[in-house]
Amino acid sequence: MLHAILSGDVPRSKVLAAALALIFFALLLAPFVFPTVNALNVAGKICIFILLAASYDLLLGYTGIVSFAHTMFFGIGAYGVAIVMGRVAPDWGGVLLGGGIAIALSVALAALIGLFSLRVRAIFFAMITLAVASAFAILASQLSTLTGGEDGLNYRVPEMLRPAFRLFDGEILGIVINGRVMAYYLTFAVSLLLFLLLLRVVNSPFGRVLQAIRENEFRAEAIGYRTVHYRTLANCLAAAVATVAGMLLALVLRYTNPDTTLSFTIMMDILLMVVIGGMGTLYGSVLGATLFLLAQLYLKDVMGAASAATSGVPLLPSLLHPDRWLLWFGLLFIASVYFFPTGIVGRLRSLAQRHRLL
Amino acid sequence: MSEPILSLRGLNTHIAQYHILHGVEFDVPRGQLTMLLGRNGAGKTTTLRSIMGLWRASAGEILFEGRNIAGLSTPEIARLGIAYVPESMAIFADLTVKENLVLAARNGPLDGARLDWLFGLFPAMKRFWTLPAGVLSGGQKQMLAVSRAIVEPRKLLLVDEPSKGLAPSIIANMITAFRELKQGDTTILLVEQNFNFARQLGDSVAVMDDGRIVHRGSMAALASDAGLQQKLLGLSLDAHQ
Repeated sequence: MLHAILSGDVPRSKVLAAALALIFFALLLAPFVFPTVNALNVAGKICIFILLAASYDLLLGYTGIVSFAHTMFFGIGAYGVAIVMGRVAPDWGGVLLGGGIAIALSVALAALIGLFSLRVRAIFFAMITLAVASAFAILASQLSTLTGGEDGLNYRVPEMLRPAFRLFDGEILGIVINGRVMAYYLTFAVSLLLFLLLLRVVNSPFGRVLQAIRENEFRAEAIGYRTVHYRTLANCLAAAVATVAGMLLALVLRYTNPDTTLSFTIMMDILLMVVIGGMGTLYGSVLGATLFLLAQLYLKDVMGAASAATSGVPLLPSLLHPDRWLLWFGLLFIASVYFFPTGIVGRLRSLAQRHRLL
Repeated sequence: MSEPILSLRGLNTHIAQYHILHGVEFDVPRGQLTMLLGRNGAGKTTTLRSIMGLWRASAGEILFEGRNIAGLSTPEIARLGIAYVPESMAIFADLTVKENLVLAARNGPLDGARLDWLFGLFPAMKRFWTLPAGVLSGGQKQMLAVSRAIVEPRKLLLVDEPSKGLAPSIIANMITAFRELKQGDTTILLVEQNFNFARQLGDSVAVMDDGRIVHRGSMAALASDAGLQQKLLGLSLDAHQ
């Protein structure tokens, strides 16, 4: 049954399977195991970024398309929900309306960019997406009457997702099932379903054609596949999933601004998540997003503790001072790319294969 | 001679500023195996790539079953029933052997009888069915490339130097495979440098030099004329026995 759920794409490494199971159960039980508001926000963000990184991996890892417009689709999803929630109605109808418009706009834009630009060489396509994404981010800042400009938008979400909402009068397993928990489980469920859908796509005949195109576009054409159509379809699908990830972020955060959805920093983060986790292995997105976000959010705290613990040692406390977290963060990722050139998943799988052969 | 399935008429191809093919003209008779021979750099691979639309012909006609396909895109040409096996083991290394073949079977699921026939020709394909194609040996990769082109019946098969770098035992398997295909309904245009391989298979032959066709005729006639071989290809048959 698990084999069928995973579309036959099993982890092929015991360590990888254990790591994925740990992340899955930690996220499934997050409201009960980590009941603070901050921890729940981190868990929600991990779910959303797993989905976002997985959708980007469909482009980068499976199709060989380098796009810098992925956060634009993420932003369209977030702004679609935010604008309708703030200006029309903060209910489920609004979510569907805003989300529907956002997905339609994203797919149309992705198709347009794809059909016009995917015929050119990869570097030009990357540049075109960078230009379009930058233009869109500026547009979002400038259209302040609609988007709230740099300040962004604060809005109400459907009642069931508001912190004051209570599903039950009492506690369940020691926690109150409030709107935050409901929003978290909505994020978890949608992310999981779409992740499994992506897994199905990459393991379908369509996914095989994408991999063939990534490996050699001319060979794929010589077999009879119209590669531009396939690449455009992949672009549209990835854009639609990124849009849904943006919608989820808008519902969880209850505010949307350019920094949280459209910034180039987020684009770089997604790229790093995919590369560190392992390109062309959707499981890489799970590991990459989880490790990246945990390091980004908790490295400062860990370094603070380490600095205090080494207070008697010369030089070390200042080296480990929390203000230097970005330096260590960078070093950590340089080291991970150096030691795991095929990503964590690639490395774990090759180790498992070597172990099987011995 | 049977009617041609493919005719090249005054085919010219430029690659950047270089004029590679100069009015190439020859016919590929239906149901036969036509060899395209010539020295290195004569324009053989460019001819095949031009037929497939991978290089755009700058002038001339490529008539397939009477229709000029010179302006069509590569996928459109492939969908007319033309399969292409490029030189140098052109497989998809990250996909398994099975996935490589499934990918080429555009008309639906793999046909069991056809697959059995393929496994009979190339037993390694069955043995390494679920392995990534990248781990196969050079000869096995070449077998996979040929298998991919013939996994479904095609009207015309364009094959570029299938024997290149292969061990003699594998070349013998290739010869058997092409003989069996020839007995079926497949027309083959085969580029080859190995004259011994060519003379065992070819019905007709076209020889190229410097982007032009310099000889057309039957393979048997060329194989029996050492002087002509020396003149056209710069070789003696004895040296390639």
